[in-house]
Parts: sequence; C-alpha cells; structure tokens
Amino acid sequence: MSVKEPPIPAPPPEPGAPQGAAATQVSILEIFITFLIIGGISFGGGVVAYLRNALVVEKGWLDEEEFLTALEISQALPGLNATNMSVIVGDRLRGPVGAIAGFLGMTLPGGLLVFALGIFYVSNHGNPAMHAILAGIGAAAVGLLAAVTVQIGHKQLEHLREILLILITVVMVSFLHVSLVLVLLTVLPLALFIYRPGRGEVDEP
Amino acid sequence: MNNPHTDLSVLGVFSLLSLLAIGGGTAVLPEMKALTIDAHHWLTDSQFRDIYSLGQVAPGPNMLMVIVIGYHVAGTLGAFLAFTGFFLPASVLALGSSRLWNHFDGSPWRLALQMALAPIVVGLMAAGTVAVARTAITGTETTLIAVAVFVLVYFGPKMIGKKVNPALYIFAGGLLGYLTLK
Repeated sequence: MSVKEPPIPAPPPEPGAPQGAAATQVSILEIFITFLIIGGISFGGGVVAYLRNALVVEKGWLDEEEFLTALEISQALPGLNATNMSVIVGDRLRGPVGAIAGFLGMTLPGGLLVFALGIFYVSNHGNPAMHAILAGIGAAAVGLLAAVTVQIGHKQLEHLREILLILITVVMVSFLHVSLVLVLLTVLPLALFIYRPGRGEVDEP
Repeated sequence: MNNPHTDLSVLGVFSLLSLLAIGGGTAVLPEMKALTIDAHHWLTDSQFRDIYSLGQVAPGPNMLMVIVIGYHVAGTLGAFLAFTGFFLPASVLALGSSRLWNHFDGSPWRLALQMALAPIVVGLMAAGTVAVARTAITGTETTLIAVAVFVLVYFGPKMIGKKVNPALYIFAGGLLGYLTLK
C-alpha cells in the first residue's frame, strides 16, 4: 500500500500544477490520509458533503469557489464524483502523485471491505438469510435512488425542454434499450444545440 | 479458472463503462446490466441485485461493487481488473482535463455543456433507478420497503427539519429484508 510512500521533501512546484489556496506544500501522506478518512466514513452516498467538510472547512485546501469548480468538472466528466474529486484535488495540491494518493485513499477502505464481502458472498451462495438481507438492501436502495433522482431533477422539472430531454433519455435507455453510447451520441449533441451559446435567451457575460 | 479471454473481457467491459459514466455510477447501471447479464452471461438478475446491494454497505464511491462482479467472474485477478477498468480510464481523463477545464473558464461553451448535461444526467439517473428496481422489486415486501425509504428520504427532512444519513435506511432495509423475506 502506498502508505509507505516517503514524504517527498518539498520540491520546487511541479510545472503546470496550479497552486491552490494552500499556501504551504501539503505532503503526499497527508493527502492520502485525508482521502482515506473520507473514503472510510462516507457511508450511504453523499460523498460531496464529506468532501466539502474535509477539504474546505477542516483543511482549507480549497475555498468554496475552487471546491465548486472542481465539483463542476467532476460532474461534467465521466466517472464518479468521489474519485474524480480525489484526482482533481490531489493534482491541484501535489500534481499527478497527489492525484494517485487521493484516489487510493478514496477507494481503499470501501474497496477492501467490498472485496471481503464479495468473497463471503461468493462462498455463501444460496444462504437464504444473506439473500433476504441483500434483497431488503436492494429495495431500500431503489427508494433512495428514486428520492435522490427526484431531488436533483426537481429543479429542472419546470421547463418543457428539460423535461423532454429527461424523458427522451429515460425512454431510450429504459424502454427501447438503446446502448448508452448511442444515447450519448444523439441526446448530447441535441442538448448542446438547444443550449448553444448565443441562442439569444441567456445574457452573454 | 482464469481464462485470458474472460480477463480481457472484464477489463474491456468495465473500461467502457468507466468512460460512459456521465453523471456518476447510477447512469451506467442499465448498460452494466445489459453487458454483464445479457451479453456476457456473467451474472443472473438476482446476483446483480445481490452484488449491487453489497456495494451499498461499503463507504466511499458507490460503485465499488464492480470489484465483486469481477471476483465472481474471474477471481482475485478479475476483482482487480474490474476495479482498474472501472476507475482508471475516468480518473486519467479527470487528471488530464481538469486543467483544460480551467483553461476554458468563462467560455460560453463550458456553460452550454454544463446546461446540456444536467437534464441528461437526471434522465440517466432515473434510468439507473429503473434498472435496479427491475431486479430488486420482486413483491409486496420489497415494494413497501422502497416506497417507505423514498417517502422518508424525500419528505423526512421537511417534516423533522433534519437530514438522516441514508446509510441508516440501507441498514434498516437489510434488517426488514431479513425479517420478512428469509
């Protein structure tokens, strides 16, 4: 495990690594441990709240605006918010090595636990109590996913064009079973066309 | 039990899913089901449900369950390949493009991309919810658990003025499953 990584004696700032709000050089080990804690306590999703608390409030590595920008990038790119944030923030602080430290910290606790549970699951296949518990968890997860989706979608359920884009996406994926690649290749250009700059509805900066 | 062809398929399938996960893990659940159940026959519907549920119990990113799919298909190497496939491509992309993104600060196209992605992400999350519901909602008990959790998560904070950690609902769901479905 990369905990063994010796703290690198502050080198000159890596070329291209933008300096964040952090005035002093943060050690690789500190990046790893900070994300290890977030990765270890963020149960039940909602990693963003844990990230904000640790990175903005406790460590002061980013200010609110920098945090929101990093979150915007994480959301616009493929991949999970949690791991994208660990990579982007780690990179901001200490370049690519910082990114690796953040990513490993973020994924290690949950990954090892899931791996252990997976070994248990595969070797206890057919155990009725285990399947009953997992069925209950699966059902609860559906309720949770539905609530989170409605909460996020709520803001957009006002304009007809957003509702149409949501519906087109759901119908293509869930009912027509169109492959996700095709869905993205058709709906994303359509949406980009709808929201293209200079379409005359939004004031240009 | 390891067959190099299977190992490569695990790596390939999860790398593809990694790059398609726009708006988070839930967005790729329908495609993940299609590839792992229908295309490759690695899992049955109920195994997918079980493994998805296992992932809910762990802290951190909510798609670490890909490790269990990999393990189920191709042992420890499979677990490692599924993890690497699902997390590495997107992470490398994030590393490469965050500086690019800052470069486009203030660009009207950056704003357009964000606005265009928002409804698509909601649509993909809804589709992901449908995909999990199709395997996880199997009768009266599971329907009631899902509806109860939805109501508590969605309306609960307005009623009691406080947000409850969703992990509690996950554990309560497991307990109710044990009591009613065994």
